[in-house]
Amino acid sequence: MFPKFATCPLTEQKLLDEYFIENRTRLLEIAAFLDRLDRAQEQSSSPDFRTSAFLQALEVLSSSVENRTEQIQMLFSDPTTEPLELLNQKSARGAYQPV
Amino acid sequence: MEYIDMHAHMVSRTTDDYYQMALTGCVAVSEPAFWAGWDRSSADGFADYFRQLTEFEPNRARQYGIRHYTWMCLNPKEADNREMARAVLARIPKFLKHPNVVGIGEIGLNRNTRNELETFKDHVELAVEHEQLILIHTPHLEDKYKGTRLTVETLQSYERVKPHRVLIDHAEEHTIKMILGGGFWTGITLYPNTKVSAQRAADMIETHGAERVCVASACDWGPSVPVAVPQFALEMRRRGHSEALIRRVIFENPAEFLAQSGKFELAPKQSKTLETAATVN
Repeated sequence: MFPKFATCPLTEQKLLDEYFIENRTRLLEIAAFLDRLDRAQEQSSSPDFRTSAFLQALEVLSSSVENRTEQIQMLFSDPTTEPLELLNQKSARGAYQPV
Repeated sequence: MEYIDMHAHMVSRTTDDYYQMALTGCVAVSEPAFWAGWDRSSADGFADYFRQLTEFEPNRARQYGIRHYTWMCLNPKEADNREMARAVLARIPKFLKHPNVVGIGEIGLNRNTRNELETFKDHVELAVEHEQLILIHTPHLEDKYKGTRLTVETLQSYERVKPHRVLIDHAEEHTIKMILGGGFWTGITLYPNTKVSAQRAADMIETHGAERVCVASACDWGPSVPVAVPQFALEMRRRGHSEALIRRVIFENPAEFLAQSGKFELAPKQSKTLETAATVN
């Protein structure tokens, strides 16, 4: 069946031939990172906000929804709409921490 | 293939980087004013930086046949300091006359604070008053979506801001639609870890098209790659995209946007020389 949005010039077979191994490697890096977290010293009783967001993102990753990248981006994003009253830190941390 | 790096903080790079960029086809860079990695202690410190961008850096680039264009502003990382922002903005107008200054940028938000938003508005008004192009930084990571939305809403509140004269940079998968939908230009920055890879940039071109989209390295003092634009071109070729599409994204689009400044010269002199030599021979 022809896909709804065929915007990549490569066929599915060619994409797999070209990109499977490097993405297999990326997947293993994520698995190893999670294993490393399990082996970490001084683990907290409740998960860090970044770990929670990360695990939610993995659920999106393994689902069959469209636009996985955009959905994961939104999972990590600050959903509020009003500007911050005061600067609390200079740099972002990668995931939104609910107040 | 010739390319223009639409966003490169060359003051943070070595001369060897200019050499590598020239070897890979770079004919022009556009360098937005940026954060030094630490907060400057005075407005005079910014003025010295502006002199570096307008006097020193173009000469360094010229040695490698690369044209150097730049943008003036107090960057978003320091924009929460309103007193400093006012003092720096007062020093900017005299620099706008320099032949390599193409506009006001990169302005915008960092953590999306009220003070940052006020400083952003001051910059937008300065740009409108002096009829300058605008280059906008959008926040990183979890702050990007909210910051981009606040940026677009703010710009749309100004009647005198023409979207085709504004480039909203550092677009990602969740922000590119709202930027292009507002009629603005956008930039995809190829930066390890915190921004977009060459593969994701190619995905975004495939998904959203190439109209009003530029791709840049955003190389600076952090982990970044000055030859990221040719790496993107290679990724596009790997997928079988046409040379015409690649050229549009990495050369024609940035040239079209920058040409609106009235200062950007499209054809590099050395190419003309080579063409002349070829004709004679």
